[in-house]
Amino acid sequence: MSHENEKHENHSTGYGLYIIVWLALLGLTSITVTIAGIDLGSYTLFVALTIAAIKSYLVISIFMHIKYEDPIFKVFILISVLTLAVIFLLTYFDIIYR
Amino acid sequence: MSDGKTVATEKSFYEEGTTKSPKGIKSWIFSTDHKRIGILYLCSIATFFVVGAILGILMRLELIAPGRTIMDAQTYNQTFTLHGVIMIFLFIVPGLPAIFGNFFLPIHIGAKDVAFPRLNLLSWWIYITGAFLALLAITMPGGPVDTGWTFYIPYSVRSTTNVSWAIFAAFVLGFSSILTGINFITTVHRMRAPGMTYFKMPLFVWSTYATAWIQVIATPIIAITILLLIIERFFGVGIFDPALGGDPILYQHLFWIYSHPAVYIMILPAMGVVSEIIPTFSRRTIFGYKAIAYSSLAIAFVGYLVWAHHMFTSGISDTARIIFSLLTFIVALPSGVKIFNWVATMYKGSIDPKPPFLWVMAFIFLFSIGGLTGLVLGSLATDIHLHDTYFVVAHFHYVMFGGTGTIFIAALFYWWPKMFGRMYNIKLANYTVVLYFIAFNTLYFPKFIMGYMGMPRRYYDYLSEFTTLQFISTIGSWLMAVAIFLIIWNLVRSLKTGRIAHANPWGGVTLEWQIASPPPLENFHEVPVITHEPYDFSQLKEMDYESK
Repeated sequence: MSHENEKHENHSTGYGLYIIVWLALLGLTSITVTIAGIDLGSYTLFVALTIAAIKSYLVISIFMHIKYEDPIFKVFILISVLTLAVIFLLTYFDIIYR
Repeated sequence: MSDGKTVATEKSFYEEGTTKSPKGIKSWIFSTDHKRIGILYLCSIATFFVVGAILGILMRLELIAPGRTIMDAQTYNQTFTLHGVIMIFLFIVPGLPAIFGNFFLPIHIGAKDVAFPRLNLLSWWIYITGAFLALLAITMPGGPVDTGWTFYIPYSVRSTTNVSWAIFAAFVLGFSSILTGINFITTVHRMRAPGMTYFKMPLFVWSTYATAWIQVIATPIIAITILLLIIERFFGVGIFDPALGGDPILYQHLFWIYSHPAVYIMILPAMGVVSEIIPTFSRRTIFGYKAIAYSSLAIAFVGYLVWAHHMFTSGISDTARIIFSLLTFIVALPSGVKIFNWVATMYKGSIDPKPPFLWVMAFIFLFSIGGLTGLVLGSLATDIHLHDTYFVVAHFHYVMFGGTGTIFIAALFYWWPKMFGRMYNIKLANYTVVLYFIAFNTLYFPKFIMGYMGMPRRYYDYLSEFTTLQFISTIGSWLMAVAIFLIIWNLVRSLKTGRIAHANPWGGVTLEWQIASPPPLENFHEVPVITHEPYDFSQLKEMDYESK
């Protein structure tokens, strides 16, 4: 187990990528704040969630190193994301038709 | 009785610890040995169970006759809330995984310990911290919570009792659950002995594994919900309270998105224990091993998708109601798969009706009633009539107590000789099953009838036509108190006076029965190599097992 971990820990991405991702996250946050002041009607939630999803992807894949991990971890994350998506979908069946 | 191969020369984990001294309180509360942690959980969880049971008995005593009997209405509200909070968060959610999962999961897969032993100890400490916070919520000025264990909005925002403390306790307890889950998932993936493929794992491991996934994925949702509720209480931010512009149904969604899968956190490990006990006492390999293993995963998955069946009368959309009702019926399928496979395992088996097996028989009967009445409540039309009545109370007690609670006791009777190296009084244990079964049905079956007649749950008082059934139910609570006392007395007494248990008193073939009772510190002297199927009873010959 420890050998495999060392293999991943040795993977170096350099600070450059982290700074780019950080700037991207800041940029996306400012877009969220800006859009909050604009009335997008029924698209408001969709846009906000899309931006949040992109931010989550960046954090999970780069900062949490999942991009460089074994497929099993990606499967785990995928299961969690799918569960969340299904929970969202089922909740919308209430919100939309209420 | 029966005999198994014993290795009497080695030191047990009681004589050898992970701390400097193997004796004394510190050797327990700072031990990273999964078995000691399991027993720490057993002591703490059993204590809370007794407290919760006493509160339940007091509630039943209050309801023995209409009007005030022993407590006022506010105390009654606080008593049923506390009963629910203790039984759910401190007993039944952690119960089987934390005690028996900790003790037996590593042994079952041939490992020396869990993947993260120190994290395991931390889980127990977090559990105790959460329990301490819950205790503070009772004793602090403001008084115990009176909202019911579901903390429904808007009352939980407005109640002047210590709601914030109580839900913060639940928040902390959630972390204990998540850490245990992460530990078990990692242990199953990384710590299996050579030859222990996924489909050679005992079914208890499968169900604990499925449970661990729910613990990890679902528990954060209640944590976030609790934080939102605390923010609303302290800062008046309108999230759930309609008076502040919030949506109370959103709270119910979030609460049940966790709390319904939590029902499966409670019942799945119990189903795993059943899958261990039935083959051992039928001397037959389990019928449909893969079907049972997959049905655990299916229950864990579909269990996520049915939460709104708790909310059929809350004002959710008709479309949502129909979808959730359908999904609720679907979750009954994997449960049915398990029941039929268990019964098929017993068919033409060589049944040895020892106490653990008898408890499982009681479970199958009680859990089937609980499960089938769940379908009555999952149907939209009948739920309108029965929602928030005693019918619901009876249903979930049959599932939770009749299901998980009964198996908690079955697991104790099954694994007690392994955990403590002592055998309890078998005859008394047999009588106790009968008493428990009678007590259970006397206590809870009248609630089905009262619920059908329209008796609402959580009411302090009732109309005179319910008097007889309420009285019978209270008598049942006294019988139950006697049964629980006899169980505890029988087990605790065996620690001193019980005869020494053999390594394999029941003729089981999973790995825990192939090591000494109680097990040595690192479970196995050499790493076992697994060559047999998990319930291959031809191994008994190799194990020199002789039954008389």
